[in-house]
Amino acid sequence: MTTQTAGTRAPGAPRLGNARALSCRECGKTSALGPHYACDECFGPLEVSYDFPRLTRADIEAGPHSIWRYAPLLPVPRDIASRPTTEPGYTRLVRADGLAAELGMRRLWIKDDSGNPTHSFKDRVVAVALAAATEMGFKVLACPSTGNLANAVAAAAARAGIRSVVMVPANLEKQKILTTAVYGGTFVTVDGTYDDVNRLASELAGEHEDWAFVNVNVRPYYAEGSKTLGFEIAEQLGWRLPDQIVVPIASGAQLVKIDKGFSELAELGLVEDKPWRVFGAQATGCSPVAEAFSKGWDVVRPVKPSTIAKSLAIGNPADGPYVLDVVRRTGGAVADVSDPEIVDSIRLLARTQGVFGETAGGVTVGVLRKLLESGQLDPDAETVIINSGDGLKTLDAVAPAVSVPAAIKPTVAAFQAAGFDGTDF
Amino acid sequence: MSISVRIPTILRSYTGGAPEVTAEPGTLREVISRLDAAYPGIGGRLLDESGELRRFVNVYVGEEDVRFADGLDTPVPAGTQVSVIPAVAGG
Repeated sequence: MTTQTAGTRAPGAPRLGNARALSCRECGKTSALGPHYACDECFGPLEVSYDFPRLTRADIEAGPHSIWRYAPLLPVPRDIASRPTTEPGYTRLVRADGLAAELGMRRLWIKDDSGNPTHSFKDRVVAVALAAATEMGFKVLACPSTGNLANAVAAAAARAGIRSVVMVPANLEKQKILTTAVYGGTFVTVDGTYDDVNRLASELAGEHEDWAFVNVNVRPYYAEGSKTLGFEIAEQLGWRLPDQIVVPIASGAQLVKIDKGFSELAELGLVEDKPWRVFGAQATGCSPVAEAFSKGWDVVRPVKPSTIAKSLAIGNPADGPYVLDVVRRTGGAVADVSDPEIVDSIRLLARTQGVFGETAGGVTVGVLRKLLESGQLDPDAETVIINSGDGLKTLDAVAPAVSVPAAIKPTVAAFQAAGFDGTDF
Repeated sequence: MSISVRIPTILRSYTGGAPEVTAEPGTLREVISRLDAAYPGIGGRLLDESGELRRFVNVYVGEEDVRFADGLDTPVPAGTQVSVIPAVAGG
């Protein structure tokens, strides 16, 4: 016979560490942990709530060099670090003095998430989704994706030895197609936009009850993985919060969860509580959140995307309204940059820092520059930007802008004749 | 000739578990009103207190997201399919 007391796990509930319940972000209704993602009262998104334990910096620092050092703050089983996962996270925080000098900033850092196992931040969210999905009895790991998530799901499922079903728009970058297909699993290319693929996934999720679509029916768990970006930034700054952060926006979940991560660290007393400002970055060809921000709306009007920043090309971003809440609460802003500015910014980041970001990184650097010029970002405040993925995945975007000189004969004379001896390089 | 409406899992308790139901054609507003008459309570899940689509509900008439069309005034002619999908997915 079991006796249930406040704070203990309900009988039959999945073992997800300190996670306790799901609550609706719109109407506040709570429900038991389980494979639910939309409120049955109002369709609002559900969010994981916790009973956090006492936790010290030393506890975290003694953990593995992956997101699992923060396992007590995630909806994952307590033994997660010993399970077969891609062990993402703990990517480098680069002090970006070169880019800061170019932009006239005092102190700038790049959280370089291209260093994850499949070269984007998506490994974080997928690892958490997989852990929760396994606990809830799902047999298949699935997703609609703009590419990075496809890589992460296919790889994580391969590592865990379960089937994956990954669906992408057929017009994705070739690099992202190949880097998904190589892992095996079921790979579906769809004649349509990401929003079309997303709709298909939402309908399939209703038909296949043992399929975990990481960003659909286990989205409340999945999205929590992005908190680890916030946790790592604070820890790597020496347990401090930055003054400003610039985050790319696709669905908007990453931005919202980084902010949540900062808030949780402050609530737990792991960092000193202080104000921070959150800024969002979009490509002009898919900028529904930037439009809503500039027009003062609290909802987002969907758009049909047309931009080279395909990893951000979500015309109907699920977390758009919450991005607006976070940005306005913290005194930030949302802005957008054009495709030529994105390419120029990818090259600026590479030239000044030796970091090759994907198009989303170009969007973030471009918006950083734009908001500095407009005076909305403070050049004297400590600032972090997110590079969410690797430039090797979006080579087509920079190929027309990067010139490769013709081959020479292997002689000193040819080297000199081509002008490579000059000093103006 | 009627129209068909695809019901998401979360609302199938109203339709006795049926994943798809039929209704008479009209505007989307009229279709929802008829659905609510046939399956009492379902309308309140789709529309807020002011009678607008809830912000986390997506409705498609055929292939078209009604927010790109005329919202609740979007016509739903005979033979078309309406899909109701929670909006909290993706990305």
